[in-house]
Amino acid sequence: MANRPAIFAEGLYKRYGKTQALAGLDLQAEAATVLAVLGPNGAGKTTAVRILTTLLRPDAGHAEVAGLDVVKQADQLRARIGLAGQYAAVDENLTGFENLEMVGRLYHLAGRVARQRANELLARFDLADAAKRTVKTYSGGMRRRLDLAASLVMTPPVLFLDEPTTGLDPRSRLGMWDIISGLVSDGTTVLLTTQYLEEADQLAHSIAVVDHGRVIASGTADELKQQVGGERFEITVARGGDLTDAMNALRPYSVGEIQLEAERRHIIVPVVNGAHQLAAVVRDLDTAHVPLEDLALRRPTLDEVFLTLTGQPATSDATDNAAPDARPLARSNA
Amino acid sequence: MTIASTPTRAELRPLERPRFVWAIADALTLAKRNLVQIPRIPEELIFATIQPVMFVLLFRYVFGGAIAGTGTTYVNYLMAGIFTQTVIFGSTTTGIGLANDLQRGLVDRFRSLPMAKSAVLTGRTLSDLVRNTFVVLVMWVVGLLVGFQPQGSPLAWLAAVGILLLTSFAFSWISATIGLAVNTVEAAQSAGFIWLFPLTFASSIFVPTKTMPLWLRGFAEHQPVSVIANAVRGLLLNQADPTTVWAAVGYCVAMLVIFVPLAVRAYGNRAAR
Repeated sequence: MANRPAIFAEGLYKRYGKTQALAGLDLQAEAATVLAVLGPNGAGKTTAVRILTTLLRPDAGHAEVAGLDVVKQADQLRARIGLAGQYAAVDENLTGFENLEMVGRLYHLAGRVARQRANELLARFDLADAAKRTVKTYSGGMRRRLDLAASLVMTPPVLFLDEPTTGLDPRSRLGMWDIISGLVSDGTTVLLTTQYLEEADQLAHSIAVVDHGRVIASGTADELKQQVGGERFEITVARGGDLTDAMNALRPYSVGEIQLEAERRHIIVPVVNGAHQLAAVVRDLDTAHVPLEDLALRRPTLDEVFLTLTGQPATSDATDNAAPDARPLARSNA
Repeated sequence: MTIASTPTRAELRPLERPRFVWAIADALTLAKRNLVQIPRIPEELIFATIQPVMFVLLFRYVFGGAIAGTGTTYVNYLMAGIFTQTVIFGSTTTGIGLANDLQRGLVDRFRSLPMAKSAVLTGRTLSDLVRNTFVVLVMWVVGLLVGFQPQGSPLAWLAAVGILLLTSFAFSWISATIGLAVNTVEAAQSAGFIWLFPLTFASSIFVPTKTMPLWLRGFAEHQPVSVIANAVRGLLLNQADPTTVWAAVGYCVAMLVIFVPLAVRAYGNRAAR
């Protein structure tokens, strides 16, 4: 029992009309970790969350959350999970306090306990001052925090966050990341879906990359990057330095084709175990009298991982102006 | 002010009650949620009241003089119809409210909670019943101001109000079914209203049916809205005809028997999308 994963899904299928939303999805998350389900719009992330939170029955497959079957033990399970969605499902015309009190009552808490718990959560999420205002007057970040608070009324052991930071400004996003990290260090298991590579990289203990309703790769961020390979030195030769000398000095380290952008005086050398060779490369370039402007060891970004895995670029979504620094995935033909 | 205390882990557990108690308690929790919003969006209630008031004034003063053969003063004839129309039109808020909850993701939140499934629908229809009761009372006062004089015993008047509320409740479930079947709030709005116009105008709400062409009369005299309006009118004007009254009740019960399961099914289908 103790070693059962907190979230376990095997071969989930779901079809809506002609759309195969899930096509044999497998997921697994150990207790007190964050599993990021990463994928572009329409990859099946939300469908997966809806099945795991008992909102939807799978056409086929099997899933357990907190040791309970999501179909056969749905009623018991609902008392042990929290769900916060990308559409901030709180009532706009109620105050923050009324929203949380209502959720507490619907969890069948005693009235006094529901009210105390509402106040406690409002204070914890920095909403105490806004407790008596209707949610209509809240900012996007405040709504999201209230939505998250509503999902935490019963301190559920497993929490599902469907794109918790989509549409938030960078500051609110960082705040949300802190909250999520705090919950996990208190022992909560979190499954979050995201289109943001950076979010998965920052928060997740493991990542499942989903495309067309299936997991196409999974592991830690480092493992995924490794799986794709593509470690390289990127060198910019200072003006006056001889590019041919530089190429000759670098050739022994290369495990593939060296790229040269002569105009920018930029050389890219694919390598393996670059960190161990860094000192030697610098020494050899020095011996060859190649003056450097810049030298860096680069590992692939999750962007590149996604590109390699799907054969589709992970392009920036032009409509998402709220978070210019974070790039959501979007499939160009989606 | 008391110092806010923190519930202990032991307190943070669901109370144990039988299922049907929770079905009622959850419905009341959601009905309360809907009702506290009404004064916060006063324009909705104001327009919901202005509309029937406008009908009263138009028909009482513009058309009323030209309408004959009602057997009583036209305003007395009219008010029973206005009450009926008011509750029927008012019940469209049920479908609109549900469509709104679906669109905003609130239904997903409710369904992820260990609450009674039925409560989303019963809570909504109950709160709309309370809201409609309020509007009927306002219309009663408006009626008295323009010369409405109910006849007979106040007990019969209460029975009339009872039929009106039953009508409101029954039509709320039809509205719920429509609101859950369509995809957007806007569609719930138009689809919820459009079919009510022929039903309320080709009826005995505003004018006696006997001047209508024969092919229309057959429909207009027997369709539920006319029967309900006639029953209410009889009870308010001391001309109650038990057959009509029971027919009105029968129509409402039949609507509930058909549309409660349909709405429940539509809710299940819709939420599972």
